[in-house]
Amino acid sequence: MQRTRVIALNTFREAVRDRVLYNLLLFVFLLFGTAILFGQISVGVQKLILVNLGLAAMTFLGLAIAIFIGVGLVYKETDKRTLYTLLSKPVSRAQFILGKFLGLGLTLAVNTALMSFGFFAALYYVRGNFESVDKYLWVAIYFVFMQLLLTTAWALFFSCFSSPILSAVFTAGLFLAGSFSQDLRELAAVVQVGWVKGALSGLYYALPNFRNFNVTSAVAHGQVIPLAAVGLNTLYGLVYIGVVVAASVLIFQNRNLK
Amino acid sequence: MHAVEILGLTKDYLHGFWRKRPSRALDGLTLTIEPGEVFGLLGPNGAGKTTTLKLLLGLIYPTAGTARILGHPLHDVQVRHQIGFLPEAPYFYDYLTGWEFLDYCASLFGFSRGERRRRVGELVEKVGLRGAENIALRKYSRGMLQRLGLAQALVNDPEVLFLDEPVLGLDPVGRREFRDLILEFRDRGKTVLFSTHILPDVEMLCDRVGILNQGHLHGLGTLSTILALKVEATELMMGQVSPALLEELRARGNSVRITGDEVSVQVPEQDVDAILNLVRQHGGRLLALTPIRRSLEDYFFEQFGTERQLDLAERE
Repeated sequence: MQRTRVIALNTFREAVRDRVLYNLLLFVFLLFGTAILFGQISVGVQKLILVNLGLAAMTFLGLAIAIFIGVGLVYKETDKRTLYTLLSKPVSRAQFILGKFLGLGLTLAVNTALMSFGFFAALYYVRGNFESVDKYLWVAIYFVFMQLLLTTAWALFFSCFSSPILSAVFTAGLFLAGSFSQDLRELAAVVQVGWVKGALSGLYYALPNFRNFNVTSAVAHGQVIPLAAVGLNTLYGLVYIGVVVAASVLIFQNRNLK
Repeated sequence: MHAVEILGLTKDYLHGFWRKRPSRALDGLTLTIEPGEVFGLLGPNGAGKTTTLKLLLGLIYPTAGTARILGHPLHDVQVRHQIGFLPEAPYFYDYLTGWEFLDYCASLFGFSRGERRRRVGELVEKVGLRGAENIALRKYSRGMLQRLGLAQALVNDPEVLFLDEPVLGLDPVGRREFRDLILEFRDRGKTVLFSTHILPDVEMLCDRVGILNQGHLHGLGTLSTILALKVEATELMMGQVSPALLEELRARGNSVRITGDEVSVQVPEQDVDAILNLVRQHGGRLLALTPIRRSLEDYFFEQFGTERQLDLAERE
């Protein structure tokens, strides 16, 4: 575990030095710009717009990091042959993959946490106070983070055997497909042909279900998110990530480095 | 126990997009390296040297055969506590400084913070990077990266050191320091396996060599065994050479080279006495007499063809 931690911290350091966290400036600019602009509109709409925009910005800026850094996690190390040095040390390939995943996960966690502070600061600026129901905004942010981890796991998976461009296309495609996977289930319910029904259901379960993590609309309207939903989503996310990372290890374990 | 034991190691690479065809990079390599030995793996480009090292380091998997390092099988991660590796033309994380990179490598061995500081400090000094250790690696020259590569390979004070083309990119001072470092390493009873096509270093450093070409082992043993070190000719260097003596030497069909006041001729061993008498008779002065042996480079040319194939541009 100690070696995994060392690799994870180095991956985080790489992201910081590559100025990945500069996206925060864009986020703050976007959020406060919106807050000031919509501060002129009626009080009820302000929160709705700010929450929707804030969570969407967190998701898409986070996704950009997860995809564009994730697809290079393994590829860059093999392409530049920095991996030769690393794997000649007492580091297993599984530790390397896990370390890389956790390192980008840490980057996303720090990024999301800093965005959250900006988000709540903007909210306070607009409304001048916090309400009890605002605590569910944290749940929405946590779900955004889980989505980013799921995306990172897939980006890492593709990075183990594909070029960055193809990996980025595959990962982005999976994110889109996973966001609309509920439609596959509904389609499967109405289809009569047995094997098509089976294939659609299989695809529904195989794709990451991002829709379950999207509670933006609910929290923007001040709805309560049940604790059971948090627990189930967490369990689903961890198991799904575990399977994808394990598959990445399996592929990478058998790879001849170029 | 052998330091390195290689048994029938074979590696095929697959080429082609649709219909993959295998091409053999290494074919049934078998050899052993004993503890405390400096072993040179030689051969022209594409001979299979780097493939051999990558197989030993577990970076690629063999098609057939096996190997053991210090008695451990190749897939055993634990053996890497006792080995060091310098890849060919190394590239490291350019966002780190030299010190940070070495510290990172040391932490992968689980050393404490204090121990890491001590080891990294010593290595920075040893490879001549003092003063450059806090500069980002993206600003390092080729030679500095090579020095850093050597430092990271030594960070765990390994028992066996694998070096792939270790002197590429080093200036003459760096190459001399590298040679001293390897000899010091050997004096401490450690084992070195290095691949190169820079032959003078091999002649100076290696206890034994293995010669690879197109994946096959062509020769294995000490340099003297492989080269069959016999005196092929003798070079005589003379001073105070009169025109008559010069004429006489030329008349005997010897190739004569004149450098300032000195004259050199290469003669077959059986003619040496006759030439010495001639020099005495004409009042010349013998400055040096050097037996000329077959060099490793000669061997390479004979075995593997033209200079172009050998890519000897790096030669001193």
